[in-house]
Amino acid sequence: MLTELFASHFFAHAFVGGAIVAVVAGCVGYFLVLRAQAFAAEAFTDIGFAGATGAALLGVGSLTGMIIFSLLAAAGLGIMGDRVRGRDVEIGMVLSFALGLGVLFLSLYSRTSATHSMSGIKILFGSILTINSKDILLAFASCAVALGSLAVVHRPLLFASVDPAGAQARGVPMRALSAAFLAILALTTASCVLLVGILLTASLLIAPAATAVNLTNSPGRALLASVATSVGVTWLGLLLTFGTPLRHLPAGFYISALATLAYTASVVLRNRIRPARVFQFPHGNRETR
Amino acid sequence: MSFEAASLERVPVFLRDVRIRLGSRVIQDEMSFRIEDGEFIAVLGPNGAGKTTFLKLLLGQVPYEAGEVLVFGARPRRGNPKIGYSPQFRTLDANFAVRARDLVGFGLDGHRFGFAFPSRKRGKLIDQALEEVRATEYAEAAVGELSGGERQRLSLAQVLIGNPGLVLLDEPLANLDIASAQEIISLVARLCVSRKVAVMLVTHDVNPLLPHIDRVLFMANGRSAIGRPETVITRETLSSLYNHPVDVVEAGGKKFVLGVEI
Repeated sequence: MLTELFASHFFAHAFVGGAIVAVVAGCVGYFLVLRAQAFAAEAFTDIGFAGATGAALLGVGSLTGMIIFSLLAAAGLGIMGDRVRGRDVEIGMVLSFALGLGVLFLSLYSRTSATHSMSGIKILFGSILTINSKDILLAFASCAVALGSLAVVHRPLLFASVDPAGAQARGVPMRALSAAFLAILALTTASCVLLVGILLTASLLIAPAATAVNLTNSPGRALLASVATSVGVTWLGLLLTFGTPLRHLPAGFYISALATLAYTASVVLRNRIRPARVFQFPHGNRETR
Repeated sequence: MSFEAASLERVPVFLRDVRIRLGSRVIQDEMSFRIEDGEFIAVLGPNGAGKTTFLKLLLGQVPYEAGEVLVFGARPRRGNPKIGYSPQFRTLDANFAVRARDLVGFGLDGHRFGFAFPSRKRGKLIDQALEEVRATEYAEAAVGELSGGERQRLSLAQVLIGNPGLVLLDEPLANLDIASAQEIISLVARLCVSRKVAVMLVTHDVNPLLPHIDRVLFMANGRSAIGRPETVITRETLSSLYNHPVDVVEAGGKKFVLGVEI
């Protein structure tokens, strides 16, 4: 049955494309979790929504719109501040404005023709089967740029994410690094949208990385585990989508469910994998009279 | 480089008539002194006297309004590899995502861009630094499960692995119990001698440091005094620095400053 599946063009494309997106999401997601910026990823998906609907309105490719909008938002957030963690207020502002724009564009677009009225659902939940080859090439290109940039900045980014005061003293350019990471995140979320849609991007960006961080203390191993979980969840999700009798349940459902399952399992495993340190006191705790 | 700057190349810190201003407030004025190789200096003074600001001046993070500041003969600049700095509030985020050895490794190449695979040589340098601060035992432990004293050792190792000539420690003894503080102090004192690095250590309690330090830099009220503890921590010097009567009482080999906050 598997050979049958792989013989189908659609499935083979989805399998390869999904893996590429999953690798990038696993890497970027690791830093995202370290920096406690999961909310930023959520914001970028909403910004991507505005970009995609805006692009549809103008008749441009939706991915092009997403990338342009997300990069603009990354630049805006970068200008607003260089704090490493949180940044809830700025992100919340940008997010709600972007979502508002998205609703406006979608409403205008679905008025133009009856066939367009379903497009909102497609953008929100994604469908790797309906993506044209031009979009896939663009997604791969943005994945490559994101991964390449991450490779260049990964050491100062890790330093700045874990030990900001130490990194600043060592002359790490905090603000530039923060902006660069947001740009990388923008490209990554736009690519993830192709696979699982806007609303489920978090399942690929956050869950695998959070799972990995639960399983190991070593940054190198955590990065590998994050990528492995991400790719595993994606492939398994695609297999379940196309290989089970309940065909054509959305891949987004399976992928997000599996990602949540992986994270839950890691929470259970965490305490078993990490042996608690045994403290030895030089004296017994005695009562003195 | 002027003739003077060239001859000061080996001097960790040289200041002449330095004035530091933050906003409308003059934090310090007329700072003039030099610090030599291998000197261990305690930096004292009340909150807001400018102790941390002074360290940031040497790091090139705070400008000076007047005078001359030379660090190894050159003007202060950000990311100077000759300075090792351990900040006061080291918020170690994502505590369980890095091990002790990763934190120390940051001091070696954490600031470098570009891709790199871990090498055996890198691991060896980290092992040496951990050994030097006696932290080998918990090298593989997550930073989040370490005590305050253990984290201070790692901070020190992170600083030392970069092979600095000047080490600035901002309140490394804060929140440590007496035994852990003593361990950190004797560790730093040993490093001063064995590595010939100059150390400036900011603290609020000079007593545990008295047997080890060469000089104290006392900052208060926009001014400063530097010298041997017995000449600086006196009724006369401190009263004139604070512009307010100050008493210094000695008991059990310790010095207690009365009448003002330090």
